[in-house]
Amino acid sequence: MFFNEEFETLPRPALEALQLKRLQATLERVYANVPFYKASFDAVGIKPSVVAHLDDLQKVPFTTKQDMRDSYPYRLFAAPMDEIIRIHASSGTTGKPTVVGYTKKDIATWSELMARSFVAAGAHRGDIIHNAYGYGLFTGGLGAHYGAEMLGASVIPISGGNTKRQIMIMQDFGSTVLTCTPSYSLFMAEEAQAEGIDFRNLKLRVGIFGAEPWSEAMRAEIEAKLNLSAIDIYGLSEIMGPGVAIECIEAKRGLHIWEDHFIPEIINPETGELLPEGERGELVITTITKQGIPLIRYRTRDITSLTYEPCICGRTHARITRMSGRSDDMLIIRGVNVFPSQIEAILVGIEGIEPHYMLIVDRQGTLDTLTVQVEVSELLFSDEIKVLQALARRVEKEIKDMLGVTCTAKLVEPKTIQRSEGKAKRVTDNRKL
Amino acid sequence: MKVEQISIFIENKSGRLAEVTRILGETGINIRALSLADTSDFGILRLIVNDGAKATTVLKESGFTVSKTEVVAVEVPDRPGGLSAILQTLDREAINVEYMYAFVERCGENAVIIFRFDETDKAIAVLQAQKFNILDGSRLYDV
Repeated sequence: MFFNEEFETLPRPALEALQLKRLQATLERVYANVPFYKASFDAVGIKPSVVAHLDDLQKVPFTTKQDMRDSYPYRLFAAPMDEIIRIHASSGTTGKPTVVGYTKKDIATWSELMARSFVAAGAHRGDIIHNAYGYGLFTGGLGAHYGAEMLGASVIPISGGNTKRQIMIMQDFGSTVLTCTPSYSLFMAEEAQAEGIDFRNLKLRVGIFGAEPWSEAMRAEIEAKLNLSAIDIYGLSEIMGPGVAIECIEAKRGLHIWEDHFIPEIINPETGELLPEGERGELVITTITKQGIPLIRYRTRDITSLTYEPCICGRTHARITRMSGRSDDMLIIRGVNVFPSQIEAILVGIEGIEPHYMLIVDRQGTLDTLTVQVEVSELLFSDEIKVLQALARRVEKEIKDMLGVTCTAKLVEPKTIQRSEGKAKRVTDNRKL
Repeated sequence: MKVEQISIFIENKSGRLAEVTRILGETGINIRALSLADTSDFGILRLIVNDGAKATTVLKESGFTVSKTEVVAVEVPDRPGGLSAILQTLDREAINVEYMYAFVERCGENAVIIFRFDETDKAIAVLQAQKFNILDGSRLYDV
């Protein structure tokens, strides 16, 4: 089943011709409208016309998350503000978020790609889509919502949280498709079990899970506990939001990236060199239809590989493998992106805290946990328990307020956190993914 | 009139208390009184020793966080109501006890209680006005 059969099954030569035409138009557009791109192209002595073939894209400089921060909030936009109809943002390392804007056409494109993704996952008109991605600045909720509406399904905009109510609604409303983070789906399964509700009695058939890394083992667990077919979806707000790539239910082997809108490349994250098909490296994406904020060779920092092998589903679009990690130190905790440097910035803002801290990420049951270990220096130390406890609570509160992540602050003796020469090891990730 | 107490931050894991006492023992420091306040994650060990300065130095060298606090040692008649009389006096003057613990040894017929007050000097004045006996540090360190 397809949502847009013509484009989803376009023969490769036609698809690549379309990509080239759209890429050239995008390069012209950003060079003319975005001073950042004019400067970065000029710096290496190229004009948009340098790209005569798709292979020529390698000659164009990368764009990074730092470039987006430096352009905060709107300076990478390629469309005038009176054409921007939606703004989303994701958290940034310095407290400033990364901002993206969408024109009317961008929203239509996103909705279509998300609708295509629903169909690829096995959803259809008539489905009741229980959308438990968060609604708000985060792209997950509204992205899936608009796709569900374009598909013509019934969408329940439940957003995140209040798990008991979620389960009641899934049960009573007859939800057939669930969209949320994979870890939240397992949390729901636990809650349901505690309530004596058996997922086998629910109508859920498909679950579309993303926004955090997960594994085949987790897929097996989710499928068994929630009694549905679990599909991996990929997206990032910088590029669009959810629906950049998705597994097809026919194969469940790799995520089709919608190549008529995005050009994927895999590079060596150290050298920036292009890697051949099948090799693991950092995913780089160029948007070729976006108007609001087109991104050229955007370094996603996600580690994956790319294959152009034909898929049994009939889609001609390349597939990326399940994300296996990051080329930077970003952590994804319960779907929230967290950089250790953000936590460091908060800690040094609290008087007396030395920059000796350690982040321990674990998974207890089905939910990610974050423990922030802070060494108790003489400046912090008090011989009264309540003073030290108040300090730990303050660390927890400031991290929650600034980053939206619940953590446990644990005071430890000095010098217990490993010192290392050069780059300190700040994170221990005990999650087995 | 004040007694010097050293406080040590201890993580709630096995062997830490033993490590502190081992270091002090090997340095020839005698523990005169102690109290341990604890939570599920950490504890604060409070000690009165015969040589506070030396104890602080050796513990810091071993990587512990140590601080000094001034506390007050009060002689308490060793009979029913002895402690109550002191606490009532303090309550009337609105002085708060942050924590307190008993001294290991007695002083003649009396017990000795170590107090940490929110207002140390005021507490000393109030207690002395009521004729409670406050012990000087030098008497405790080398009992």
